[in-house]
Amino acid sequence: MSVEDKTGTLLEIDELRVWYELKRLGFAHAGYVRAVDGVSFNLDYGKAIACVGESGCGKSSLMKTVLRLNKPTEGSIRFEGKTINGLKGEALREYRSQIGYIQQDPFGALPSFMTVRQILSEPLAINGIKDEDEQMRRIEAALTEVRLTPVSDIINKHPHMLSGGQQQRIVIARAMILEPKLLVADEPVSMLDASVRVEVLNLLKQLQTDRQLAIFYITHDLSTVRYFSEHIFVMYAGQIVEIAKMDDLLDNPKHPYTHALLSASPDPDHKNALEMREVPPGEPPSLVNPPSGCRFHPRCHFAIAGKCDHEQPPFYDIESEHRVACWLFDPDENHEQP
Amino acid sequence: MKVEMGFDDAQYDMQEMILDVDDLKLHYRTRNGAVQAVDGVNFTLRKNHATVVIGESGCGKSSLAKAILRLLPRNIETFSGKVYIDGEDVMLLSDEQFRRNIRWNRVSMVPQAALNSLNPVVRVGEQVAEPLVIHQKMGKRSALGKALRMFERVGVPSDFLTRYPFELSGGMRQRVAIAMALITDPDIVLLDEPTSALDVLTQANIMNLLKEVKRDVGTSYLLITHDIATSSEIADSVAVMYAGQIVEVSDARRFFEKPLHPYADMLMASVPKLGRHEVPIPILGQPPSLLNPPTGCRFRDRCPARFSKCDEEPPIFQVDEERQVKCWLHEEGVAHYVS
Repeated sequence: MSVEDKTGTLLEIDELRVWYELKRLGFAHAGYVRAVDGVSFNLDYGKAIACVGESGCGKSSLMKTVLRLNKPTEGSIRFEGKTINGLKGEALREYRSQIGYIQQDPFGALPSFMTVRQILSEPLAINGIKDEDEQMRRIEAALTEVRLTPVSDIINKHPHMLSGGQQQRIVIARAMILEPKLLVADEPVSMLDASVRVEVLNLLKQLQTDRQLAIFYITHDLSTVRYFSEHIFVMYAGQIVEIAKMDDLLDNPKHPYTHALLSASPDPDHKNALEMREVPPGEPPSLVNPPSGCRFHPRCHFAIAGKCDHEQPPFYDIESEHRVACWLFDPDENHEQP
Repeated sequence: MKVEMGFDDAQYDMQEMILDVDDLKLHYRTRNGAVQAVDGVNFTLRKNHATVVIGESGCGKSSLAKAILRLLPRNIETFSGKVYIDGEDVMLLSDEQFRRNIRWNRVSMVPQAALNSLNPVVRVGEQVAEPLVIHQKMGKRSALGKALRMFERVGVPSDFLTRYPFELSGGMRQRVAIAMALITDPDIVLLDEPTSALDVLTQANIMNLLKEVKRDVGTSYLLITHDIATSSEIADSVAVMYAGQIVEVSDARRFFEKPLHPYADMLMASVPKLGRHEVPIPILGQPPSLLNPPTGCRFRDRCPARFSKCDEEPPIFQVDEERQVKCWLHEEGVAHYVS
């Protein structure tokens, strides 16, 4: 498979908003769920970006909008320079064929009544590759690439006959079989055992470098991202609160919420048992009526009264490519920082 | 709340162990033969301690919890061994005696994915009070009163008593499930993956709650998990399970510094660590089928330190007072390379 050497921006997301309308009695407008509310980021060819956030922060809505399973309410998504907001029919199918999707739960994502061969030939058939020899050649290549060999042992099996790690490899093979430019991975390892997790992450890393594949990696588990992505952003209540290069964000976090996430993720150490972990009080807000100002302010130890609860913070540049949406980092003021 | 009893000295050792499992076996009968899910398991749990059973999916750790609480399916081939709870061998009790005296009165459980195991059509307060009505014959009104106090203890607002599960967040539902396990003041709480379905911050909150309850109430935990990092939040001692057997038992401090068994060592190396830049290393291969596990050491085929002796099943070597390991590398007088 040939690899084109491309540089530049593959995916450009600008001020994206995904709002779901709430209805009363089935028709009367009753507000919006602001699942994604003004998210912007870029992803270059062959790079990986991780999106970290808790459940309900809008990361799945963001992902589904990139896959164009949802329509953006406002803002734009550009893929290779073309806006994909309003794509329909054949153009939409063509767009989706360039994106691979790795689901969280491999067993749920694979139809239990189909064999591996049927599962992998379906995307080919849908996208016009109907010749059986050609299909077989592609399936073998894809299975070899995800290291499920010998191919003949695997190809006639049903998903339940495979282990969790093998199932996830089939999901990856299915995502890769149309040679996409972008892979969207939604918590690809959270359902797997520790010893298998690393194998699957290494495989994704390998595909990224070998095939110049861009990866949009969505997770709530910070410990798996370090070996994986070049960039990372943290989402809270539908918005990005901090975006940076991976090591900058993990070693030098700025936003109080990023701090909270990092200090809540333990590394194995017996000393953990000796102390309580600091956790911000309360729970993430409702996205129907998010708090005014900074959405994290009701849970934030550093909140500045009269500021954080009134005005939404802009992004401040900390250093190159490290931006944080928090009033504490206003260069004209001198606030205590976490 | 529990009051510590004075022990008489001769029985001290016996009394300090709240749970002592000895050669426990649970084999399931299937069409293809016996699945040896729990195969000769030994470990102990001290009063007001937490023992963590670490293992990967399919190693038999959930079966172990079910065997201890005798929540068994019908297709049982073998169910044998000894389970001492506070010195009493509960395996000798009939099912009815066990149900009446042990289950929920002495040992309770927070099941896996507990947040999804609540009854959707019953108010959570009633669900939490139910064990008192059933197991302690308490009146409904006083049971609800105790449920209210338990809600305070686990950090659920008291007006949630009359809510239904769908009105609660995942973290709150998990707290409710924990309240349900604590309400009868049991000696031992079995926790089967208590945080695996939760977000990072909620996970930290629940672990804080478990630590608090252990400190204030004096409960003992048997925590079953595949998540090594989270287990270190509460573990006093660690038991590693592989293919139906416990391969290492150790105090937490020395375990998290350097485990003894090659499998435990590799498992630790495979965990991605946030604070360190070392690259995690996967364990290649797969655990053996429990249908016909190989003779000899069950980890043999994946073990980098394997040698000729490994074809024989290793006994349990007592390395020192706190540590046991089921591996030939730790046979006395043998100085093999341990990776």
